[in-house]
Amino acid sequence: MIAPDPEPLSVGRSQPLSLDDAPVVIAGPGRAKSLSLNILPPLALGTLILGAWYFVSYQLLEEKRRFLLEPPHAVLKVGFLDWDNFSEILRGLRSSTKVAIIGLFIAIVLGLALAVIMSQSKLFERAIFPYMVTLQAIPILAIVPLIAFWFGTGQKSRVVVCVIISLFPIIVNTLFGLQSAERGMHDLFTLHSANRATRLRKLNFPAALPAIFAGLRISAGLSVIGAIVGDFFFGRGDVGIGQMLRKYANNLDGEQLLAAVIMSSVLGVTVFLLFGWIQNRAIGKWYDPSGT
Amino acid sequence: MQALSFNNIGMTFPDGTEALTGIDFSIDRGEFVTVVGPSGCGKSTLLKIASGLLKQTVGEVDVDRDHIGYVFQDATLLHWRTVMGNVELFAELHGIPKAERRRLATEAIQLVGLTGFENNYPKSLSGGMKMRASLARTLTLSPPVFLFDEPFGAVDEITREHLNEETQLLFQREGFAGLFITHSISEAVFMSTRVLVMSARPGRIVAEFNVPFEYPRQPDLRFDPEFARLSGEVSRELRGSHS
Repeated sequence: MIAPDPEPLSVGRSQPLSLDDAPVVIAGPGRAKSLSLNILPPLALGTLILGAWYFVSYQLLEEKRRFLLEPPHAVLKVGFLDWDNFSEILRGLRSSTKVAIIGLFIAIVLGLALAVIMSQSKLFERAIFPYMVTLQAIPILAIVPLIAFWFGTGQKSRVVVCVIISLFPIIVNTLFGLQSAERGMHDLFTLHSANRATRLRKLNFPAALPAIFAGLRISAGLSVIGAIVGDFFFGRGDVGIGQMLRKYANNLDGEQLLAAVIMSSVLGVTVFLLFGWIQNRAIGKWYDPSGT
Repeated sequence: MQALSFNNIGMTFPDGTEALTGIDFSIDRGEFVTVVGPSGCGKSTLLKIASGLLKQTVGEVDVDRDHIGYVFQDATLLHWRTVMGNVELFAELHGIPKAERRRLATEAIQLVGLTGFENNYPKSLSGGMKMRASLARTLTLSPPVFLFDEPFGAVDEITREHLNEETQLLFQREGFAGLFITHSISEAVFMSTRVLVMSARPGRIVAEFNVPFEYPRQPDLRFDPEFARLSGEVSRELRGSHS
């Protein structure tokens, strides 16, 4: 972008005043350099991990104990290239994804609503926050039996686990974001007699968006974990990836177990990237992570 | 016509800090008054009292607070709004219909020389351009009283001089009552009809200088012997107020 040259000063609406300084041009590193910086380090580390994996499988484990860590090509062959096995994993993944999406959606609605109310009422914030922290501090496995008592062992309980595990980051990040608008910006709204609703809509909420998206990315990953943990523990109803992990472990199917673990991870990463993409689309145009 | 008047204003904060005492002056429409003083003497507090952001502990302020323009030290642009969106903000908060506020914003943007940058977000603007956008935002409502809280302190010297020249042109064109806060004596003398010197805390007005130069003031005015003499007198008073 090129800034216009300074113009002579003059008075009158038809004559714009001079523009002496250039806009900030945000330049990034070259594309090739950026690619190499982003791709080469994880590629190198991945190669090292594969090497270590082969080393453990063939050098450290005897053949009869190799099921503990089957070599990568065996996992690929049995877990991914055998369609019967792979389609079974995909079906389980689909079921867990459905649970994670429903749980995350409920957590988003509930979390945003609670955070907005907390931001508007210090009394409510003080009343509810200690319980939110307490709930967050309980290991999820410790309350899973209670959830089974109250909601049974079906789909509903898995959704409840997802909601509990993914709610806290949404609340904390949204609340932090809603309180993050600068003092000067608040003064502007005060000077122009903006009411509470206007301030929330035009100042607090837009200012909170970067923090909200940061919370969503964390919660999205957690909701996948919640769906798998719930399914693993309850072990009933629609078969999800958690039940499969348990079955493969019980049957000592090392290749399928690792394939299921990898696909669970792929689901988590996909969800994380998806929310990163949505964040970029929603606020990338104006948000400057450096804060300058 | 008197637009803003401070009547024996005093301010003591809840922690016991006495920030201002016996502030007594007024500004007419068509007057541009600058207050210079040492850091922490209460200059910004005075503007916050004028605008109603702070309530004084002693005295009265006489001003129509529904029609005040306030330009802060920082541009305070909303990051998620374009230049156009930011400049439209005040008109939007006052419930002005969309077509009318777009017209007002377009005119203000043209006036500060930001035409062509309407769709830029603040992150892509330089410090000087952000201040122009901030000025344009305040201009949309044509306030009869303008408060400037050291708005050009964060930009480089050349940009600052340009912004000084442009602000005095705006003052001449709009004819508002201006109250400007700065540390810079040159800036104060260049733009003002009157310069007030404030003492160290608790701040009070210790000297007053009328500035006789005609508007519009040209950049070369800064090299005029009379300008240097007046700046020297303000400087001497300011140094005296420190001791």
